[in-house]
Amino acid sequence: MTPISYYMALSAILFAIGVVGVLVRRNVIVMFLAIELMLNAVNLAFVALGRRIGSMDGQVIVFFVMTVAAAEAAVGLAIIIAMFRNRETVDADELNLLRW
Amino acid sequence: MSHFTLSAVNFSWLPILPLGAIALGAMAIMLIGPGVDDEDSAGLGVIALITLLVAFVFALFTLGENTLAFGGSLVTDDYAGFFEIVIVIAAALTVAMSLDYVADEGMAGAEYYSLILFAAFGMMLMAAAGDLIIIFIGLETMSLAVYALAGFMRRDPRSNEAALKYFVLGAFSTGFLLYGIALVYGATGTISLAAIRAALSARMAANPLLLLGLGMMLIGFGFKVAAVPFHMWTPDAYEGAPTPVTAFMAVGVKLAAFAGFMRVFMVNLGPVSAQWTMVLWVVAALSMTVGNLAALVQQSLKRMLAYSAIAHAGYLLLGMAASPQPLAGGAMLYYLIGYSFTNLGAFAVVIAVERKGSGGANLRDFQGLARARPGLAVAMALFMLSLMGVPPLAGFVGKFYLFSAALSAGLVWLVIIAALNSAISVYYYARVIVAMYAQEESAAPARIVARPGLILSVIAGVAGTILVGLYPQPWIGAASSAYASALGRPNAKVAANYR
Repeated sequence: MTPISYYMALSAILFAIGVVGVLVRRNVIVMFLAIELMLNAVNLAFVALGRRIGSMDGQVIVFFVMTVAAAEAAVGLAIIIAMFRNRETVDADELNLLRW
Repeated sequence: MSHFTLSAVNFSWLPILPLGAIALGAMAIMLIGPGVDDEDSAGLGVIALITLLVAFVFALFTLGENTLAFGGSLVTDDYAGFFEIVIVIAAALTVAMSLDYVADEGMAGAEYYSLILFAAFGMMLMAAAGDLIIIFIGLETMSLAVYALAGFMRRDPRSNEAALKYFVLGAFSTGFLLYGIALVYGATGTISLAAIRAALSARMAANPLLLLGLGMMLIGFGFKVAAVPFHMWTPDAYEGAPTPVTAFMAVGVKLAAFAGFMRVFMVNLGPVSAQWTMVLWVVAALSMTVGNLAALVQQSLKRMLAYSAIAHAGYLLLGMAASPQPLAGGAMLYYLIGYSFTNLGAFAVVIAVERKGSGGANLRDFQGLARARPGLAVAMALFMLSLMGVPPLAGFVGKFYLFSAALSAGLVWLVIIAALNSAISVYYYARVIVAMYAQEESAAPARIVARPGLILSVIAGVAGTILVGLYPQPWIGAASSAYASALGRPNAKVAANYR
């Protein structure tokens, strides 16, 4: 059987890729994809830890996280579309109306 | 905390009645909404107010209950009841100040009021959470509703931008919180907060998985309470959102975030408090200093109040840094009551003064307000004095309790920093008072018309700011016994220390 540390390492790598993606990329949709990657990295960690601990909690949480991620995608894409209609851009650097 | 087994016989609906009332009311508004014209949307607001009143009464009934429901994932103690009551009041005042604003700005009433109620539902769920996953679900229910509310003026690019910035950074921070939950789950083997607390007292606090998890959760909560260095979204989201939504974000979201933050860290991660209070020391000092310094140069009232909210998060984190000291929790809850009334009142005045379609009031709009609208000016002056921390108003008494709790925890330097910051804050709060009383009117103020909902919110804010400050005993007593019930000591032993 694959040791749990492999899963945790993969989860940490995926999470780090997600974090770097949000910080480095300027396209709002790509930033949003990177956030989804972070959430799925967490899902992997939950499943692996749940298996090692031997409790059902870790497995069940994943369903909640997926549901919440789906709801988040709906709200997030709606906000992005509303912005695109007014500004015709999805570039985070052009979001500069609010600044002092 | 006694064990509770979920069975059909002794299943009690009482713990979820306040939450259920809010959810049903929100769905009812969504169902009725399509048949109501946007001009008549105030009627939907009245339905929302009735829903909140029902939830308020239910929440009063849950006080003194102290049970666990749904296998321990929902806690009904006075701590949850306290936050539910304050959140319901904050939501009700937000609805009251929205009644005419929504119609004036041509916003869709049904969606607006049901989103406010759904957000309040998430906030109350966070306050009553008994395990980490309910904290997460409550936080997301609240956040998703508030993201949508921040972008509610779909045709206003500033509102779009506020919603997008809030959404991206909010979702980003949720990822950190969730990863923290996963690691804490891995370290302790459970997601139940009570079980985590029990596991920690027995175990060593140097577990790297646990420490990493604590750090990640700290980042997640830090974003939600708008603490420096996780505050970048705050000024933009507060400035671009519709003004009543800004009020709701400044008060409701902060209440819920602190409810969850305190329940997780101060109550249930208390056994390892030595591992995280030092981090909070730094975060508190940074939040106070950065918030107050940045507020000095703002012209937009909403942006100034946003930085002020960051600074006040810093004062509250001072209480968290003093966590081992039992007085700190009660002092924080008391501070939150005063903060809520004062800020809701201040935002109601901003709504009254702002020009239609302008998205917010500037300092210039307040010039000569004392002559045009003396009542409004007195109220605003009172709110500013309370935020400054002038006795005998709520802000002063709150700071007094917080600082004295921190001093007895030995945080002398942090209290000195906080006191210096309070002195800095006098400058920008006083600028508003000077503009109202000492300067001439620059142009005719626009929206200043008598509106029952706005007047009600301002009066409630004034009454709260004065009463909470002038008669602190019952409030601090309620606050500290609420915190004591979260600690599992509902006999008000802690409350006695204040007398």
